Amino acid sequence: MHEMSIATQLLALVLRHAEQAKAKRVNRLNLVIGEFSSVVDESLQFYWEMIAKDSIAEHAELHFERVPGRLRCLDCGSCFGMSEYDGQGCPKCHSFSAVIADGDQFKLESIEIEEG
Amino acid sequence: MTKIIQVEENILSANDALAQEIRARLDAAGVFAINLMASPGGGKTSLILRTVEALKSELRLAAIDGDVVPVDVEKIAAQDIPVVLVNTGGSCHLDANMLLPAVERLDLSTIDLLIVENVGNLVCPANFKLGVHANVVIASIPEGDDKPYKYPVMYRGADVLVLNKMDYLAVQEFDLEYFQRGVEALNPGVVFFPLSCRTGEGLEAWYDWLRSKVADHRSSNGRGNKG
Repeated sequence: MHEMSIATQLLALVLRHAEQAKAKRVNRLNLVIGEFSSVVDESLQFYWEMIAKDSIAEHAELHFERVPGRLRCLDCGSCFGMSEYDGQGCPKCHSFSAVIADGDQFKLESIEIEEG
Repeated sequence: MTKIIQVEENILSANDALAQEIRARLDAAGVFAINLMASPGGGKTSLILRTVEALKSELRLAAIDGDVVPVDVEKIAAQDIPVVLVNTGGSCHLDANMLLPAVERLDLSTIDLLIVENVGNLVCPANFKLGVHANVVIASIPEGDDKPYKYPVMYRGADVLVLNKMDYLAVQEFDLEYFQRGVEALNPGVVFFPLSCRTGEGLEAWYDWLRSKVADHRSSNGRGNKG
């Protein structure tokens, strides 16, 4: 549902960079999305086609690089996925103090454009 | 000729900029603002009503309610405090772009504490910064003790965690330790208030926290009693 407002903000960001580069067309967006960011690829692509219509980014292909969520144990330093942690603590030392080590990205890494 | 342009920017940077704008306005007026998030039925409106009732004689309160129908707004307005409805039109969250016009409709110079009631949803509201001073997540006993494991983003983004409906502990299995471990994992040291809006148990600690935050905020933003 919130992919529509994400698409709106994404378009503004893309157009700003495309205009700076004097692009004729935007062919591709390279997005980096972590597991802890609640975004559905298909949904974002769907809204993108609607929101970006009639802009120079209308036909851009959205490419998603998915980053799995990882936690890091504050006691022994080992890293593990959320499913390994699930209520059991760190799989190595069973500590319950951990922080998110990876998977909270939500960014536009680059765009591929055709120069005018 | 195709070319790759490096961007390396957060997708929600436009929202974040608006959130900063909201924060600047609140701070200039010395308003302390909180964002209440919970699943539907978690007790957002109940907590607001309780809080308004308890604090309206000592603090100047106002509320902004993100919703599709004005039912909750009417309940809050019945308490004689300024309330603005943000009609989210079925959207699943409030974002800074929706909040800013609502903030503009309030006379901030007459407010000490602004309570923003987000849309009832545990999935995405945490992704959209609003510029408020504290994110408060309300969990409740009937929802079950596994929620921190299922909604990590929401629990991680919380500054304050309220565990409502504590009176249900008598009738429902809920492993408090398991719940707290899940919260601690993502958010060590989060401020935690177990309470019940129905019985009133634990509410005093929540009010005290709000009182002290409002007082601190006022003195650090030039509206305190100097001398």
